[in-house]
Amino acid sequence: MTTSGIFQILLYLVVLTLLVKPMGVFMTKVYNGEKTFLDFIFKPIERLIYKLCRIDAAQEMNWKQYGAAMLIFSLVSTIALYFMQRWQFYLPLNPQGLSGVSADSSFNTAVSFVTNTNWQGYGGETTMSYFTQMAGLAIQNFKSAAVGMALAVVFIRGIARFETDNLGNFWVDMTRSILYILVPLSFLAAIFFVSQGMIQNFKPYDTAQTVEGIQQTIAQGPVASQVAIKMLGTNGGGFFNANAAHPFENPTPFSNFIQMLLIFIIPGGFTYMLGRMTKSAGHGWAVYGAMIFLFLVGTFTAYWAESKGNPLYPATVNQQVVGGNFEGKEVRFGVANSALFATITTDASCGAVNSMHDSFTPIGGLVPLTNIMLGEVIFGGVGAGMYGMLVMIILTVFIAGLMVGRTPEYLGKKIEAYDVQMAMLYALIFPLIILGLAAVSAIAPDFGLSSLNNQGAHGLSEILYAFTSGTGNNGSAFAGLNANTLWYNTTLGVAMLVGRFFMIIPMLAIAGNLARKKQIPPSLGTFPVNTPLFAALLVSIVIIVGALTFFPVLSLSPILEHFQMMSGQTF
Amino acid sequence: MKKEISIWDQKIIAQALIDSIKKLNPKTMLKNPVMFVVEVGAAFLTLKVLGNIFTGTNGNFGFEIQITLWLWFTVLFANFAEAMAEGRGKAQADTLRKAKTETNAKLLKKDGSTEIVSATKLRKDDVVLVEAGEFIPGDGEVIEGVASVDESAITGESAPVIRESGGDRSAVTGGTKVLSDWIKVRITSNPGETFIDRMIALVEGASRQKTPNEIALNILLAGLTIIFLLAVVTLQPFAIYSNAAQTIFVLISLLVCLIPTTIGGLLSAIGIAGMDRLVQHNVLAMSGRAVEAAGDVNTLLLDKTGTITLGNRQASEFIPLKGVDEKLLADAAQLSSLADETPEGRSIVILAKERYGLRGREVHELATHTEFVPFTANTRMSGINLDNREIRKGAVDAIEKYVANVNGYKPSPELREIVEKIAKAGGTPLVVADGRKPLGVIYLKDIVKGGMRERFKQLRQMGIKTVMITGDNPLTAASIAQEAGVDDFLAEAKPEDKMALIKREQAEGKLVAMTGDGTNDAPALAQADVGVAMNTGTQAAKEAGNMVDLDSDPTKLIEVVEIGKQLLMTRGALTTFSIANDVAKYFAIIPAMFAATFPVLNALNIMALKTPQSAILSAVIFNALVIIGLIPLALRGVKYRALSASSLLQRNLLIYGLGGIIAPFIGIKIIDVIITALGLA
Repeated sequence: MTTSGIFQILLYLVVLTLLVKPMGVFMTKVYNGEKTFLDFIFKPIERLIYKLCRIDAAQEMNWKQYGAAMLIFSLVSTIALYFMQRWQFYLPLNPQGLSGVSADSSFNTAVSFVTNTNWQGYGGETTMSYFTQMAGLAIQNFKSAAVGMALAVVFIRGIARFETDNLGNFWVDMTRSILYILVPLSFLAAIFFVSQGMIQNFKPYDTAQTVEGIQQTIAQGPVASQVAIKMLGTNGGGFFNANAAHPFENPTPFSNFIQMLLIFIIPGGFTYMLGRMTKSAGHGWAVYGAMIFLFLVGTFTAYWAESKGNPLYPATVNQQVVGGNFEGKEVRFGVANSALFATITTDASCGAVNSMHDSFTPIGGLVPLTNIMLGEVIFGGVGAGMYGMLVMIILTVFIAGLMVGRTPEYLGKKIEAYDVQMAMLYALIFPLIILGLAAVSAIAPDFGLSSLNNQGAHGLSEILYAFTSGTGNNGSAFAGLNANTLWYNTTLGVAMLVGRFFMIIPMLAIAGNLARKKQIPPSLGTFPVNTPLFAALLVSIVIIVGALTFFPVLSLSPILEHFQMMSGQTF
Repeated sequence: MKKEISIWDQKIIAQALIDSIKKLNPKTMLKNPVMFVVEVGAAFLTLKVLGNIFTGTNGNFGFEIQITLWLWFTVLFANFAEAMAEGRGKAQADTLRKAKTETNAKLLKKDGSTEIVSATKLRKDDVVLVEAGEFIPGDGEVIEGVASVDESAITGESAPVIRESGGDRSAVTGGTKVLSDWIKVRITSNPGETFIDRMIALVEGASRQKTPNEIALNILLAGLTIIFLLAVVTLQPFAIYSNAAQTIFVLISLLVCLIPTTIGGLLSAIGIAGMDRLVQHNVLAMSGRAVEAAGDVNTLLLDKTGTITLGNRQASEFIPLKGVDEKLLADAAQLSSLADETPEGRSIVILAKERYGLRGREVHELATHTEFVPFTANTRMSGINLDNREIRKGAVDAIEKYVANVNGYKPSPELREIVEKIAKAGGTPLVVADGRKPLGVIYLKDIVKGGMRERFKQLRQMGIKTVMITGDNPLTAASIAQEAGVDDFLAEAKPEDKMALIKREQAEGKLVAMTGDGTNDAPALAQADVGVAMNTGTQAAKEAGNMVDLDSDPTKLIEVVEIGKQLLMTRGALTTFSIANDVAKYFAIIPAMFAATFPVLNALNIMALKTPQSAILSAVIFNALVIIGLIPLALRGVKYRALSASSLLQRNLLIYGLGGIIAPFIGIKIIDVIITALGLA
């Protein structure tokens, strides 16, 4: 580790922390329907949308209506995206004349983008037309992010409101998410990216003659506009196959820094908004603190492991030549920014990558894997991370709350059997899908293991990573596993769907149940949720619920690989 | 008197051992999903071991049979914990039941004659005559007569109490003994349905139902069990992939170690023990739900008299008028009160004695002609005539009227001033006059019980608000409230006011606890979340509340709250401990499972356990023994302290959270050393 590396990580931390409050205050205004400084542009558009779509903005929904609206909206989006890919040959903006995408890949991609996973079974520049990229994928990046944000808002309202069934209007929350938050920020970010040298055009692909005399095709396209929302909406689906490692998709260290900020800015804002809406600013900061702690542990573990490099190389190679394990990393980012990016993109369920996680050292690769396994709650996907963390908070309050000699309560609400039941269901679905599907794949030689490029512990990591990434709606790939097979396309599709929607339903049920509860006035005897101690407790519960489930299998994959590497074993 | 039962009571332990085997019945076990999983695992391994014996499969027999046995022990230990708690409940019940010895009753017939019948034959509305030296045959109400009754059989309090017809002291309990006089009692319950019968059933756990929090906790534990079941079931395919397939003995061992057996095994014992602790304080709870609610109480309604203050007003000061010697005033005050048998009168005599060494005198020594002047509603004063000397004490108006009649006395502004000052401070002023001349004023005040201020302060730290209920005027009430340190008061309280206050607090989402004894308290007792009825109270009050205090001590409400909190804390502490234990168990079992195939994984064996088998066996043994080890804690409850939620959390987390992580590392290592030394693994 170098001073400059540590400094860059800490700089990121400081800038992010400074942005959390303004972001949270603004988001609170947006979701409370209060006046904002953007009203003069977007209010007329917002009104027009409601008028055209015949939405009564004042009409609030209960949790079931809200959930139904969300499911219908997602279903329609999936179908639309599917056919857009299938028929892209007949649609405009296709200068390369790319043909329609195959049925199974179209399905996989549609599900992947609707669930905010953005797992990519295809290479963007060789598969998707500009129209599909922009009208399909980029638009869906906005929509799936807005859905996640709306759902987090519902959960926060469930906590902040008392004795009501009303949780807000799905269409309004989603429209406002897009208009007031996603569009302006993406716009600014895209302009900035262009200034860094990111491309934004509709040109056909260039060809160039390399020094070696080979003809190289250089892909073009409207990259900047898509990258902005890809990061901001924690989507992560790259324009190019190489994602944020591609020079057109992430040209400079500065663009890299801003991309990393974009990933955490909305999830960070949600923590402040949680505190503001529930009138307990300290609680928001405690949750932020818990997330930051887990984030820093991950970052420094990965950075430490990567800068130590592979002990099997001579020390001179590790330290003097490249300063650590440089395989699969970009020279313009270096070890520190690759480790930082890998941690951020897996903490939040973004999934964009600026280095190849498969090439990390075992411990370096364990960090992204564990981050997703903890349930994508360390900031997490936009919205999804917030509601995931709130479920963890419910469990924390329930387990530890009794220790103050009262039945568990959270911000003036009793946590009762129904809430615990739904929270446990939420916590159960996640490992069920990951471990279940990975276990079947691990013992099926014909369809499970045949896709592996590596054997042994590393092979198991690859299988595990694929299902973890899909279920956690992360979308980053460990690579090394050929997932473009019938078995993996299907099961990963199921994992993405279940990991998104089956977890949303119990979550919404908790929100609905919480909103109905009576308020218990806080007193000195109330379980404190705004202290560092609470943050520490929350961290422990996240680790216990997440890590204890996965520790046995991790000990056979990255942990085993680490000890094997340390003992000098090669494969 | 507390009826403590030793944890090591031989008889209870013996019975609990038998019961823990009876409880192996799968139907019973199904109520406890965590332990049910362990039982199924144990049964499965038993079949496997037997199968191996018959087929002659050459397994690792010694190891397998030990694992199987320890799994059975785990189940038995959990059952034992529950049986212990139930046994202690039964023992408590038995002491209560002793009060129900077979007695005969004198049944009053319509014609006025009596007939001796067995107490068990008595029906509701029968009227019986009970005379000195006889037991009261059943719960009932005094309809005629006054008697002193020994209720020590149920309250443990040896001082007799007065029971009389009408009013709030008319209820009598079956099994108590009349010491003097006689009473006629109307029986209010049929045999087998008496108050004590119902209570005994509850304490024994026969009719115990799971409380809401217990149900929620059970869901959490069942959920965790399923998650770990999933982790273990899927581990085998991963192990097969890694060429390190595991035996079923090892997998089930891992499962049992990971699922929360500690809290799963002790949960119901904790609940029963909570009810039990109340009984030790001579409080009977109608349901476990009431005990849980006690822990959540936000507001305590406390009757002033008897709870916050001693029963009566007491003289606390003599305030003479200018030019009058204080001792002279004290002397006159004492003389005027010599024949006054009211508690106030006696307190004046005592104060004069304490302050000025004036001994109570025999009146006939003082004068040849003495005459007591009793208090009447008309004169509103009392006193004494000694030869020609007239000493009076009374309310200021009465005394002023009395002196004005004689020698043209003008009302003294000084006297008025003193009187007003006392009244403002919440006291009662009594003016003393000697020879128709006012001497000064006796300050009678409510005496706040010792230590109450500190207790209210503790309650405040725990976030509990105390409200004093009194019939006094607001001025007096405010002064006492301030002195006692309660947070709020309700003055000139009528039963409806009390009810309104409870409803108001509840509307704000608060839980309210109160005590009461009179029939007019019954609606409020029923409305309150925790209503503790005094055993001396009327039947209606007892029926309305959800707890009964056999000692009839209203102060005990505070202890009831503490016991409720202790119950919840014990549950939380053991849950945290149980989950925290898993960390160490992983470090014992995971390297043991895979080190044979991957020796590098021995790096995870940070406890340096001897062999894979000793490691797994040690974890399983620790897991079983920790249940036994924690039974005393589950039965006694974690140590309770009146602290704020933050400090309590910090403390308990340190002990049970951090302790829960560290303890098994040490425990498993010790067991490993022992079983290796004994050659068991």
